[in-house]
Amino acid sequence: MTNWRFLKDKIARRGMIALAFTSLLLVIGMGGGLFAKSYPILQEHSLSNLLFSSSWHPMRGEFGFFPFIMGTIWVTLLAILLAFPISLLVAVFLTGFSQKRIWKLVYPILDILASLPSVIYGVWGTLLIVPWISKFFGPMFVEYTSGYTVLAGGIVLAVMILPVLISLLTELFKTVPEELRDVSFSLGATNWQTAKYVILRKTKAGIFAIVALAISRALGETIAVLMVCGNLPETPHSIFNACYPLSALIANNYGEMLSVPLYESALMLAAFLLFMIVLLFNLSSQLVLRYIKINE
Amino acid sequence: MKWKFIEERIFRVLMHCSLWIVFGFLISIIYTIFQRGCKILTWKMITTLPGGGFYIGGEGGFLNAIVGSLYIVGASTLLGLFISIPIVFYLNIYLSSNSKFGYVIRLAYDILFGIPSIVYGAFAFSIMIFFGLRASLLGGIIVITLLIIPIFVRSMDEVAKTIPHEILDTSYSLGATKWETVGVMMRQIAPGIATATLLSIGRAIGDAAGVMFTAGFSDRIPESLSQPTATLPLSVFFQLSSPFPEVQNRAYGAAVVLTVIVLILSISGRFITKHFSKNKI
Repeated sequence: MTNWRFLKDKIARRGMIALAFTSLLLVIGMGGGLFAKSYPILQEHSLSNLLFSSSWHPMRGEFGFFPFIMGTIWVTLLAILLAFPISLLVAVFLTGFSQKRIWKLVYPILDILASLPSVIYGVWGTLLIVPWISKFFGPMFVEYTSGYTVLAGGIVLAVMILPVLISLLTELFKTVPEELRDVSFSLGATNWQTAKYVILRKTKAGIFAIVALAISRALGETIAVLMVCGNLPETPHSIFNACYPLSALIANNYGEMLSVPLYESALMLAAFLLFMIVLLFNLSSQLVLRYIKINE
Repeated sequence: MKWKFIEERIFRVLMHCSLWIVFGFLISIIYTIFQRGCKILTWKMITTLPGGGFYIGGEGGFLNAIVGSLYIVGASTLLGLFISIPIVFYLNIYLSSNSKFGYVIRLAYDILFGIPSIVYGAFAFSIMIFFGLRASLLGGIIVITLLIIPIFVRSMDEVAKTIPHEILDTSYSLGATKWETVGVMMRQIAPGIATATLLSIGRAIGDAAGVMFTAGFSDRIPESLSQPTATLPLSVFFQLSSPFPEVQNRAYGAAVVLTVIVLILSISGRFITKHFSKNKI
């Protein structure tokens, strides 16, 4: 009887270790698998040629990723530029300026924003943001714009990353000890001065990590950007140009690529690039955030 | 008035503005979706399959997408639960809280959580090609399961970490093995499991990039695991990219259905956390 109990315990432990270990294997396997799939194109073309050439003609065997990489960078940077100040202000407000009551009101809002599917953001973008850019905002600066632009993608992505930015920043600011705030107040500092000189300074590393995390979230967004970015394989020159991010490239061409040589490999390389960038951003920011949590 | 007080005022106003901007975005999204979709949505759309000439403005509804989404979400949520609950137990009962292995596993899940669903989709698709599988219900279920396991593990782990150690110690001191203590913990994290499940369903039902290549699309309700299936987000996406206004309108109707489902999930998730949490943080 007793032996059976310990045996059961042992079996359960082994099974659980195996399951937990598989998760590690999945990360490694995903990277390895994507690399193996993109290997054929890396043999035909040099990596620098692939990354910095602008000519994308899969039928002629030319695979230049530069426009797509630039498209990704433009849209992601714009999204961060728009979302970061707003979320920083909201997070500072929630942790230093307001009562708990407000937090209870804001949290459900963030919850819903975070749970809306990206296709819904895409529909919202095409119905509201794209016409707004082509009819009102665009004509103020350029002669003609279709509305399906870097700007539209940036705005939609910014709204999509707001919830994660705000909730992570709020959590981060809460880790600043209450005593530090009190000292600052007792020296006659205002709320904002306390935020500026104590809280933001104390959490600088964490803020960087959170922004990196938000960037990695934005990089992988697919359907929403696919719907509002215009998808022209050209390097954008202003926020009123169309662009074609990497994730949209993969999603748009997957069905037809099997018949063209090296096309699949090229798209897999795009997925591999995305994977590696996201992995890098994610890993570094998670390590920083963990370090902060331990030394709290 | 001193500069610091002026500065304080300015930033207070800016903060209020930011808060209103966030709130405004939510209202704007919900309003836009409902305003466009509600007048189009009919009961018939939800309960019929696509008819002939559906994508050039013909009759029919998107029942295929609703049922397809339910199949995928139901199966992958069950699978995800069965896989992730043991992992959470392992992390919190078998491993001590400062274990190196636990640190690495948790890190791996945080990273898996951050990997975009399009990468999951591309990876799974290439594996399916390798095994000679075509886009099918099974493919969709596998991708979505992989996608939601990190959500399950992370959110249940958050709850499991808050359980007082004394409860587990009591169980050990009564002579229970770790495996028998699992039952004690199960009771403690039950509300956490419920919230995690709702969270995962929300993510699973909204995902489009992952199922795009793996589940494919079909106008019929799949009858076996090897048939392709439609999903609600992809149905919105494909109908919206059609040049015909009738088809586009139906996309707005489908968007309303999707939004309502997600809103219900999100609100009931809140409700459960609020009313059933055992260890209030």
